[in-house]
Amino acid sequence: MHKTNPEPEYRKRLGYSAALLGGFAMLAGAALTLGHVQTRDDIAARLAEDRKASLSQVIPAALHDNDLLQAPLALALDGAESKTFFRATRGGAVSAVAFEMIGQGYGGAVVVLLGLDRDGKVLGARVIAHNETPGLGDKIEVKKDRWITTLEGHSLAELGHDGWQVKKDGGQFDQFTGATITPRAVITAVRNGLDLFATHREELLAMSTKDENKDKMNKKKQD
Amino acid sequence: MTDYKRIVRDGLWDNNVVFAQMLALCPLLAVTGTATNGLGMGLATTAVMVVSGMVIALFRSMVTPEVRIPVFVLLIAAIVTLVDMMMNAWLHELYKVLGLFIPLIVTNCAILGRAESFASKNPVMASAADGLFMGLGFTLGLVVLGAVREVIGSGTLFANAALLLGEPFHFMELTLLPGYDGFLLMILPPGGFLVLGFLLAGKRLLDARRSRVAVQPEPAPDAEPVAG
Repeated sequence: MHKTNPEPEYRKRLGYSAALLGGFAMLAGAALTLGHVQTRDDIAARLAEDRKASLSQVIPAALHDNDLLQAPLALALDGAESKTFFRATRGGAVSAVAFEMIGQGYGGAVVVLLGLDRDGKVLGARVIAHNETPGLGDKIEVKKDRWITTLEGHSLAELGHDGWQVKKDGGQFDQFTGATITPRAVITAVRNGLDLFATHREELLAMSTKDENKDKMNKKKQD
Repeated sequence: MTDYKRIVRDGLWDNNVVFAQMLALCPLLAVTGTATNGLGMGLATTAVMVVSGMVIALFRSMVTPEVRIPVFVLLIAAIVTLVDMMMNAWLHELYKVLGLFIPLIVTNCAILGRAESFASKNPVMASAADGLFMGLGFTLGLVVLGAVREVIGSGTLFANAALLLGEPFHFMELTLLPGYDGFLLMILPPGGFLVLGFLLAGKRLLDARRSRVAVQPEPAPDAEPVAG
């Protein structure tokens, strides 16, 4: 730094630098806290809107009369980790469920939001987070390619485990030119989701919005 | 007296972050698969550079040389985090497109470089101008690099620009080579290095030709003698 007059004595002390650094750290901390408090509610609201928007893409509005974000069901799966299921109800009965599945893509995890009807048929699937190669693997995004909509209307009962694969592996679904791992990851994630639904179908569908039914279910299980 | 013309020239060409200083190559190579991504990253970086330049210029007389680097890093990180939170809350549509790039800005050594070499020695307004034009120069570098990689790599230009800039900009999305199969190497990181290398060579050539042209008139009889 260019200086014409000599530095004042106090600036040469170690304490000045320490206090300066501490002061700026406090300033930055205060600014961040303030920013966080100011934006916290808005960010939460935006995230809820996003979630609702992506849920509405995998569960048609005609299928439900409830708020999809309300009272999601957390089921403890094997391995003690629990998964959140968003349930669409119409007239008090569960008409569809939506949940996230994760597949291993080329660039890491591919998160797929999957919507299924009561019979385990795919209502819609959307990739909500991925890190695949732009221009190749990112065709799994519905904004860039219609590929993911080819999954709609199919079920495990219809195609079987062998059908739920990319064509290269002997299944029903197209891979992309130059990218097989990415669509494979999506299909595998969806297939695992279908399996999961088949295993937990009773719990996911039988429970209505009333708690009494839940108790009945539990009792039945105990018997 | 601040020479704003100099600042503009430095930022956009003579001392361009990408082509002359060769800083910020990490975010540069990471996001320039398409021209649109380059544009988004460039604009976000420009905003951060202007604000961080002003803040650092404001505190420049207080900060001692011994602790300047941690203080600058702290300020830049705080500003980037604030921008990230505010965009998420209030410009959410834009955030969904740019959000990916914002945390990368912290790792952008060009911002610390400008803080160190310009903002810590100059008044607030000059630092803001420097941030703006350095940022625009960086944006230019990103867009050119992204455009070259996109055209060679996938045959399109400004794909998905409407996602970044809004529907009215749909006209920018061009498919230059219909039915083109793509050249994967260009989209992957090695393509970034290759294209950057050719662009740097191109700039050197241009600069060399310009300085030859500038030197040529000297032997002419009507040339004014150079003082000293």
